[in-house]
Amino acid sequence: MSKLKPYIQDFWRYRHLLHNLISRDIKVKYRRSVLGILWSVLNPLLMMIVLYVVFSQIFHNIQMNRGDMQVNFAVYLLTGQVVYNFFAEATQTAMSSVLGSAPLIRKVYIPKYIFPLEKVAFSFVNTLFSLIALVLVLIATKTPLHPTVLLFWVPLVILFVFNFGVGLILAAATVFFRDIMHLYGVLVTALMYLTPIIYDVSILPEWALKIIPFNPLYWFVSMFRDLVVYGNMPKLNAWIGTGLSAIVALVFGLVLFKKTQDRFVLYI
Amino acid sequence: MSMIEVRDVSMRFNMAKERVDNLKEFFIKKAKGTLKFEEFYALRGVSLTVERGDVYGLIGLNGSGKSTLLKIVAGVLKPTTGTAVVRGTIAPLIELGAGFDMDLTARENIYLNGAVLGLEPSFINEKFDEIVEFSELREFLDVPLKNYSSGMVARIAFAIATVTRPDVLIADEILSVGDFLFQKKCEQRMRELMSGGTTVLIVSHSISQIERLCNKVAWLDHGKIKLDGTVSEVCEAYKQLDPAAAAEQEERTDKHE
Repeated sequence: MSKLKPYIQDFWRYRHLLHNLISRDIKVKYRRSVLGILWSVLNPLLMMIVLYVVFSQIFHNIQMNRGDMQVNFAVYLLTGQVVYNFFAEATQTAMSSVLGSAPLIRKVYIPKYIFPLEKVAFSFVNTLFSLIALVLVLIATKTPLHPTVLLFWVPLVILFVFNFGVGLILAAATVFFRDIMHLYGVLVTALMYLTPIIYDVSILPEWALKIIPFNPLYWFVSMFRDLVVYGNMPKLNAWIGTGLSAIVALVFGLVLFKKTQDRFVLYI
Repeated sequence: MSMIEVRDVSMRFNMAKERVDNLKEFFIKKAKGTLKFEEFYALRGVSLTVERGDVYGLIGLNGSGKSTLLKIVAGVLKPTTGTAVVRGTIAPLIELGAGFDMDLTARENIYLNGAVLGLEPSFINEKFDEIVEFSELREFLDVPLKNYSSGMVARIAFAIATVTRPDVLIADEILSVGDFLFQKKCEQRMRELMSGGTTVLIVSHSISQIERLCNKVAWLDHGKIKLDGTVSEVCEAYKQLDPAAAAEQEERTDKHE
């Protein structure tokens, strides 16, 4: 514990920086736009509508039901999207966060993990805004609410940790190999199709069902849907799937980042 | 008590003949065994001790390692070997305005830059007027920084960086910002900090400035300390390097004032 103390002190000293950087990102993102922060709600909503229109044409008979429960396709889509977008945005922005802060890193000492952490936190704030869109859709579709909905934040918090871990790995790796940036864009798209966002796992062929448990996002999406849409407590394997991926990503990320961070300044 | 303790510091840079920053090249070169770097020592076995209240100057030609040493002391660079210990809080004035966001207004940047320097928002609230007063830019406070001139940005940056009473101030050529009146003001502020017990480590190409401000000087040459000691002794020796150039430089800095 005493070994951790200097790190905690360091973090405490720079907590205002974290806060300032997040509010900077929000200000810069919405400056000069008429609707401002409202876009954080509108954007996922509009995106969902596009997907809804396209895929309700393709799948004529959308079956998103579990047991005898009717689940609206719009709700199904949006719940998947919220989780996936949090992951995609957080990790992609965290990936280039260290490179993007090069002028700062070259001039002053700042604990460098602040940069990926800030990007993940900023995406988290965006995600919370997109939950407003989800609430609107839940109301509009008259989806019945269950008490489990109160735990909606649990998978998002675990996902925060997972994103931070992945973000640390990507940020460190990108400093040394810029290729990662291009490669990761493809990977994120592939991951989207490997995650049941627009489809239900029941339509998957045998071989795909074998791979899908290795996709951490699958566990996050199903845990979130269980709580918000289906009203089930997530099963033990979902807790293990999400918890384990978060811990593994975080530990690996921290170790890799700590090992390489002193050399960042020479490569950015 | 020593405030800055630099012990046997060497800093090696790998100057890749060709920069390898993509995976394909890296693996091909690694497989071929041609992944070679040309080593370059910016600093070699440098040791120096700065006592509390010292104003320590670093002089030397371009590329002698002055800025590298400052960055190591400020914690921006980690030395390849050796240690650099600083006791107390540091205010780095290495390049002014680190962390300014040009899209934000001056007001927002004051808080952002304060946080970069690890200052509490309540402290900045308290000192806000002092910062604005010093920079003389009150009427432009809510203008985005991208519309500022570089001199105006430097004013704000200097004002924030020196609003604290740091234990150690590290300065790299900062007194060359802004117009001559503002330069005077900056020097005045530096003197105030020094008389308040702040220890200063400063890099400057202006020998006259070093002579005015410092009590100890180290002369760096090709990454090694060639001479250190009192101001008069080191500066005299340094000027001998090229009497004509030294005299010319003198003249130039005098003209600036």
